[in-house]
Amino acid sequence: MQITHRRHRRIPANEAAFRALGYVALFLFGMLCVVPFYLIVVSSFASENSLIRDGFRMIPTEWSLDAYKYVFTNPARIERAYFNTIFVTITGTILSLLMSTLTGYVLSRRDFKWRNAFSFFFFFTTLFSGGLTPWYIMCTKVLHFKNTYAALILPMMFSVWNMIIAKNYMKSIPYEISESAKIDGAGELTIFFRLYIPIAKPLLATLGLFAALGYWNDWYNSMLFNTDENMQSLQYFLQDMLSTIQALKQLVAQGNSELAKGVTLPTTSMKMAMTCVVTGPIIFLYPLVQKYFVKGLTIGAVKG
Amino acid sequence: MTGQGRTLRRGGFLQDLRSNRVYLLLLLPAVLYVLIFCYIPMGGVVIAFKNYNYSSGILGSAWVGMKNFRFLAISNKLWTLTRNTLAYNFVFITVGMFMEVSFAIIINEMRCKWFKKTFQSFMFLPFFISWVVATAVIQTLLDYDSGLITRMVESMGGNMVNIYTTASPWPYLLVFFRMWKGVGYGSIIYLSAISGIDQEMYEAAEIDGANSWQKVFRITVPNLVPTMVIMFLLAVGQIFRGDFGMFYQMVGNNGVLLETADILDLYVYRAMSSGTNLGMSAAAGLYQSVLCFATIMLVNFIVKKIQPDYTLF
Repeated sequence: MQITHRRHRRIPANEAAFRALGYVALFLFGMLCVVPFYLIVVSSFASENSLIRDGFRMIPTEWSLDAYKYVFTNPARIERAYFNTIFVTITGTILSLLMSTLTGYVLSRRDFKWRNAFSFFFFFTTLFSGGLTPWYIMCTKVLHFKNTYAALILPMMFSVWNMIIAKNYMKSIPYEISESAKIDGAGELTIFFRLYIPIAKPLLATLGLFAALGYWNDWYNSMLFNTDENMQSLQYFLQDMLSTIQALKQLVAQGNSELAKGVTLPTTSMKMAMTCVVTGPIIFLYPLVQKYFVKGLTIGAVKG
Repeated sequence: MTGQGRTLRRGGFLQDLRSNRVYLLLLLPAVLYVLIFCYIPMGGVVIAFKNYNYSSGILGSAWVGMKNFRFLAISNKLWTLTRNTLAYNFVFITVGMFMEVSFAIIINEMRCKWFKKTFQSFMFLPFFISWVVATAVIQTLLDYDSGLITRMVESMGGNMVNIYTTASPWPYLLVFFRMWKGVGYGSIIYLSAISGIDQEMYEAAEIDGANSWQKVFRITVPNLVPTMVIMFLLAVGQIFRGDFGMFYQMVGNNGVLLETADILDLYVYRAMSSGTNLGMSAAAGLYQSVLCFATIMLVNFIVKKIQPDYTLF
């Protein structure tokens, strides 16, 4: 007993160093990644005075719910931004999934005569682009994107890279399956929806999560196109809050007379509370999302 | 002759159109999308050679030849912007790849399961948030008045600079936060590549008395090279395209910080959103696109000569 125990303990020095280095590195980097989020959450429950006096701390010196109280005194704009983001995320994800899988499907079909020509037609756009300015003029002058939902959905609706991933995935599905279905009289659409989509569930999960994350985290298109507060996404709203105290004051001021009496706003803790309110849902989805991401990433090699 | 005979027998182009009509119909949305959002704007690069204003439109605006480009070159901006974009991306790519491969190996070698799982999901967390939320992160850590790190440094008698009025720390900060956000996600690609390595190689090495270091450097790393090359090529093809989201949220329009952190993408956006300078903005954008195109072509050409298996297309 004694001997085996000692033997188990004795590992060569360089092996020990190897393992220790791994643990230390992963521990440090992991903490670096998670501590800021922890700080944001606890600081949103800290009183403004304690934040000013003692700074951001792992355990705040004084707790308070003021930040959340002020954030929700006038929730109309938050609710609207939430609605916009949820609506855009759902619609956009569905549309972009349909487009990338349908296109990928067609280009993966051996019996489609012009598949190489069309593949190049799509691939070329990843090599060269006209740049931001002509694209912006197209969106605003021709398509009239100003203050519309289209401005938040369309720019991210189709990605050639996702289409290529879908195409490669579909290619890996044995062609004979569809051949036999065709003999049984199934059309292209039936083959796609009844045969390919059920097989391609891991692909749908991965591309869907990529798209949903992209839409949920989008502030860029709101910044470019939607000047109307009612048409902006959650992330853009947060950006507005974080960058200007003015925006925070506005958020509270409507219908709140305390400000007029000279009450100072808990601006720092309010910013943290807003960040929590905005990021919340995606963090709850995190375990689920992580599972699929790790699985799904291995599918569909990136090579065109 | 035979080719002609075959098409004749099939009934030619119209026949092909008919037999492929469902496929063509299914392709239509994506084709229209790419035409509207990619190909037609490509024609819009003519703005770069015009003095564009909104009211007269693209066709109505006056031609100015190379004036926009000449102005960019004279103002000396172009060189700084190009150098910054290139240098930042180069550091992002190399440091990123080093860290991603390292962490993939560390995670793969880790025996303690709960530790591995917990800390891997911690590493993954920053990938899910937007750069907007990342600015709140910076505030909690580095805020000049109350940031955690600021206070810690001060309590140890040190002095922290105000990062929003000092340009010099930004190259490090940008690299740091880029790694902070991307390494957890990036390491997954290498982890899956490692899981594809033949286990028998490790068993054979163990029998020959190899230690963990030797196994990593003689087996794991060489086996990761193909994945590393592909990831490197994909990244190098975009080396003249900066990460607009990150730079805009972290540096934005702060004139002081732009000294060390201005990139082509920021300039194009600034010139465009100011509204007066669309021709110039388009010129800078076209310059960037041409550089990107040339790099991809060059890199792919070189790779084709050396190792055809690794080409992108």
